Amino acid sequence: MSKIRLATVWLDGCSGCHMSVLDMDERLIDIADKVEVVYSPLVDQKQFPDEVDVTLVEGAVGTIEDEEKIKAIRKRTKILVSLGDCAVTGNVPSMRNTCGAKAVLQRAYLENVTLQPQIPHELIPPLRDRVCPVREVVKVDFFVPGCPPSADCIHTVLTQLLSGQEKVGGCSRFGS
Amino acid sequence: MAQRIVIDPVTRIEGHAKISIYLDDEGMVQRANLHIGQVRGFEKLCEGRPFYEMPSLMARICGICPVSHLMASAKACDALMGVRIPEPGANLRRIMNLAQIVQSHALSFFHLSSPDLLLGMDADPAERNIFGVIKSNPKLAKDGIKLRQIGQQVIESLGGKRIHPSWVVPGGVNEPLSAEQRERLLALIPDGVDIILRTLAWFKRSLDNYKAEIRTFGNFPSLFMGMVSASGGLGYYGDGWLRIVDGTGNIVADHVDPTTYPDFIGEAVEPWTYLKFPYYKPVGYPEGIYRVGPLARLNLVNHAGTPLADQELAEFRLLERGAVLSSFHYHYARLIEILFSLEKMEQLLHHKDILSKHVRAFASPNNEEGIGVSEAPRGTLIHHYRIDDQGRIIWANLIIATGHNNLAMNRAISQVARHFVSGNQIQEGMLNRVEAVVRAYDPCLSCSTHALGQMPLRVELVSPAGEVIDEAKRG
Repeated sequence: MSKIRLATVWLDGCSGCHMSVLDMDERLIDIADKVEVVYSPLVDQKQFPDEVDVTLVEGAVGTIEDEEKIKAIRKRTKILVSLGDCAVTGNVPSMRNTCGAKAVLQRAYLENVTLQPQIPHELIPPLRDRVCPVREVVKVDFFVPGCPPSADCIHTVLTQLLSGQEKVGGCSRFGS
Repeated sequence: MAQRIVIDPVTRIEGHAKISIYLDDEGMVQRANLHIGQVRGFEKLCEGRPFYEMPSLMARICGICPVSHLMASAKACDALMGVRIPEPGANLRRIMNLAQIVQSHALSFFHLSSPDLLLGMDADPAERNIFGVIKSNPKLAKDGIKLRQIGQQVIESLGGKRIHPSWVVPGGVNEPLSAEQRERLLALIPDGVDIILRTLAWFKRSLDNYKAEIRTFGNFPSLFMGMVSASGGLGYYGDGWLRIVDGTGNIVADHVDPTTYPDFIGEAVEPWTYLKFPYYKPVGYPEGIYRVGPLARLNLVNHAGTPLADQELAEFRLLERGAVLSSFHYHYARLIEILFSLEKMEQLLHHKDILSKHVRAFASPNNEEGIGVSEAPRGTLIHHYRIDDQGRIIWANLIIATGHNNLAMNRAISQVARHFVSGNQIQEGMLNRVEAVVRAYDPCLSCSTHALGQMPLRVELVSPAGEVIDEAKRG
């Protein structure tokens, strides 16, 4: 049997969901037998490949680049999974929606500064004014809530996906 | 016409960044910049929320070192309430904080950097990752997984979950330690000590393979800053004082109260990155460059404070006469800190009052301003809050450990790029070394800017005004 091509990406999140993936501990060794990690912050592949079987997305959509990125990933992925509360609902990153991106930038780069106050803008992606969950930008196949979802839950989901089950998840809840 | 080489994204770091390397007409490297592409707005989005929510909210800054943010945030809240928390509560916080050092350093060394060290800087990029290490050296990979697991299990046992536990609260912790729990935690430690001792032995033997990297990986004099414990040793909970030493190891400032940080730390902004540049005010910007984190701490403490770590520290200090200057040795320092943390955890678990039920102080807010400082795995972490008379946050300032190293990381990538990269013949391994020096600092960027559809390497022709004139892509 050929290995499942798996990708993991971070958008606007804290990386806690990726850490929860690593919390599978020695089960990672078995997983490594069954999947090929073709793109992830953990590997050196710089370009998102074509024909990815499963992509786990952590984080909300916070920058223009996040938005372009997730749209391109969607086209190259068979099954897209929103992993964790930020991807599923917007969660903590979307708390800035009450004041907007401008107020956030003003606080960080014009007020809480000693020298050269200015809003950074060269060679870095502009913030979207509104942070939104992944499903507002692209179609999402499965939702796995949790802040973060536990390693056991992620293991269950991966096992379900690897065995081709149609119903995936149901092992975590928002905020847990 | 000048060229810019772009590495995008920098991989195997905690967060997302890209690097620009600027070349002159002859293809020689002029300088390199590290771009951090995300801002999350915690300094603003916390406004109006009750102060006691802060530890749980601020932990969400980072899923790798949430415990560090829990510590600094809870300490700032203790200061808002004006309480001195019960000592058993403080010791329980210390144990969780040490567990965090173990898991975070293990992640940095084994999961992210060991592929460079074990498989080689020039190894096939498709294999140069933790899964490649699992295949080629399963024993080392298993050691790394196990060591990280030990740290995470301690956090889980105390806090109920591994990532973003809610057990650390303003005034202390919300549940005492049970005798059974203590036995379970103590039983984890011997395995961890065995693993780290054999890893240290292997790492020290392999240092000869990395002479060029040691010489050029951010190897320059700078100031070093960090907290020392009340006895002048290693201490991450931050109840001693700040010390600053220079490149020769001489003390520049000592017994500094960290809550006075605005007097000596300034923050500057550059237009090409969202990460601000803290600097040492008495020296000015950008000369006031200082480093924090494992290397800085080992350069500035009197001693580590536990038997095995003290032996290792003595050997570490033989590397150079003054302070150890090469940022490559962040890796080495990290391993020694893991050893210290395991030993110290064991000592604290044996403390006579560690099972006490008095682990939390209760109070309403009594001060309008509170500052909490601790040593995160990556360096000194500062949380600073102001509240209104209802206890709602009206202002916050955060200086994150990785920020302190921003000037140093930018200087380091410039140094490595000048040594290894030539514009006339660009090879993947050269660029991996530029990324590897960033990994040595173990930056925790908690952000994300993967560039999609871009080739691994992009070379642009830019005009003196910075306008992109031509672009070439290489696979």
